[in-house]
Amino acid sequence: MSSILAILPHIDLAGKVESLTSFLTTAWSPLFDGIQTVGNGMNDALTGFLQAVPPAVFVVVFVLFAYWINRKRKSFGLAVFTFIGLWFIYNQGLWPAFIDTLSLIIISSLLSIVLGVPIGIIMSKNDTAQAIIKPILDFMQTMPAFVYLIPAVAFFGIGVVPGIFASIIFALPPTVRFTNLGIRQVPKELTEAADSYGSTEWQKLVKLDLPIARPTIMAGINQTVMLSLSMVVIASMIGAPGLGRDVLSALQRAQVGNGFVAGLGIVILAIIIDRLAQRLNKNIKN
Amino acid sequence: MSVKIKVENLTKVFGKKVKQALELSNQNKEKDEIVRKTKATVAVNNVNFSINEGEIFVIMGLSGSGKSTLVRLLNRLIEPTAGSIYLDNMDVSKLSKNDLREVRRTKMSMVFQGFALFPHRTVLQNTEYGLEVRGVAPDERTKIAENALDRSGLLAYKNQYPHQLSGGMQQRVGLARALANDPEILLMDESFSALDPLIRGDMQDELMDLQEQMKKTIIFITHDLNEALKIGDRIAIMKDGKVVQIGTGEEILTNPANEYVRRFVEGVDRTKILNVEHIMSKPRAIINVDKAGLHLAMNRMVTSDFPFLILTNSHHEFLGYITDRDTALAIKKKGANANYKDIVKTDMHIVALDTPIPKIYRYLLSKGNLPVVVMDNNAIRGVIMRRNVIELLSSVAQEEISEVV
Repeated sequence: MSSILAILPHIDLAGKVESLTSFLTTAWSPLFDGIQTVGNGMNDALTGFLQAVPPAVFVVVFVLFAYWINRKRKSFGLAVFTFIGLWFIYNQGLWPAFIDTLSLIIISSLLSIVLGVPIGIIMSKNDTAQAIIKPILDFMQTMPAFVYLIPAVAFFGIGVVPGIFASIIFALPPTVRFTNLGIRQVPKELTEAADSYGSTEWQKLVKLDLPIARPTIMAGINQTVMLSLSMVVIASMIGAPGLGRDVLSALQRAQVGNGFVAGLGIVILAIIIDRLAQRLNKNIKN
Repeated sequence: MSVKIKVENLTKVFGKKVKQALELSNQNKEKDEIVRKTKATVAVNNVNFSINEGEIFVIMGLSGSGKSTLVRLLNRLIEPTAGSIYLDNMDVSKLSKNDLREVRRTKMSMVFQGFALFPHRTVLQNTEYGLEVRGVAPDERTKIAENALDRSGLLAYKNQYPHQLSGGMQQRVGLARALANDPEILLMDESFSALDPLIRGDMQDELMDLQEQMKKTIIFITHDLNEALKIGDRIAIMKDGKVVQIGTGEEILTNPANEYVRRFVEGVDRTKILNVEHIMSKPRAIINVDKAGLHLAMNRMVTSDFPFLILTNSHHEFLGYITDRDTALAIKKKGANANYKDIVKTDMHIVALDTPIPKIYRYLLSKGNLPVVVMDNNAIRGVIMRRNVIELLSSVAQEEISEVV
């Protein structure tokens, strides 16, 4: 049997990918350098701003916001949790790392949305585009993250930008998929109604598709944020600062306690973002 | 009368083997067979008709006859495979995308079966939609839309969302949205089919009034012959994608073109196709013996002026009935000890849900004013009084009169 399978000579895929990557690294280096500069600039600006806000003010703003979006339900749970959680992070000396992580997530989520929603729209309007993009998304989500950290470092060097790059690759698919799904689920009769009154494609998108698909798209974005949060530890391996770096260094030195505390910081951030986002989405829906 | 719309050799085949499918269809093969052989569906096959200005033209057929496809070919929500649609001598089937959009914006508006109101827009915003995409200034389009809503008596609801309205009101909004555009042609795809019969009748009347005032050309799709006969100036009957007869209601009733149309027309006698389930009403003179005693029963009969009460228990079983006279006597004789058991009678007629209506005529005759009880799975589902049957017969009789006249 093995002789049948061995009819074709060995295909050197690894070598091909290798040479493609090194070709891209040199040939497109102006592009990658540009992205790196812009990415670092964005991140530095955002981090600088967030660091400049006194932690106490930051906590108060977040707690008030958590209270405000729950005001109609007269529930204080989220506000209390936000307060305790953020205070705990401060208390554990994790505040600077927390800010770094937060800005990494904000940037990679925003970029994922900016890229993902339009791709999802294109996918929903064109079956061929869907057939092409779907397997790429599967590929992005299932390929182990460590694998594309290597070219990410090759392209962007060490630092926060390859971290953002890796986060986007991993976190982009839900936004694309849910946008596609949400628009495809717009009832056919509504689409017919919009068409029969002479809407242009753009009018149909803005006045019908996006408003109807909004809750679904928001669910996708929420997932994207959560997934980019799950990348912070991996991103720290290639030099992205933040809570992930604390987890990583605890791991390298077998410090169970420090690792747990930093990990808990990530969990707290995840819960706060998730609950705020869900509540916000529900409020808009009503 | 001038011709507003002229349809020539209009054809739509879904699928690839168009020629083969059409050939089979022209040999009068059944739809299923064509699909099996070619994997193509002939939805509309070589349809020709013309519609006069200011006419209500009804396209009638059973589901799958191609009528919904046909109406969508007229404004090209579905692209025709072949044929032409002339609107005032302009061939709609050959228009560019932009010109077609202009026609949809100004000349044809559509009203849908499921209302197709935009759930995220208020009633007013829904009504404005056509004007909005056309680029009418906000103030002006609000004024026009409010006018249209006012005409349908819905102005008070302008800031509500569609899901807050009943089906009938939603469809009035659907109609107002279409009329706000001031189109020359209204396409109505089973627009009243999702409404319950009473509202449906009202909407039909309103549409006819509207037609009197505004003189729109209306193309109305329905599967209901009674509706077609009521509102249509002319009716086209479709079967398997072909038009089998076009004519006034009178012509179709008196001179059906073939066996298919004749079978349709015979269905007009509704007592023959309906059964008791369709005409029964909710029992009102009914009392649950597990919950109420005889004195309460007496009180119900006096205050509601019921000569009898049907007895049931918490499982909705039929236990019999009591009359006001027996109850009064029992209470007089035994006072607080009076019990249902002493006076219950069980000689009421009980029928199943699917009993044909003619079968119960004699039950209603034989037993004074007592109703016939409709049971299903040992539970009371409804009652039929003489009134229910007379209402049905009188509506049939009215139709027959209007058919003769």
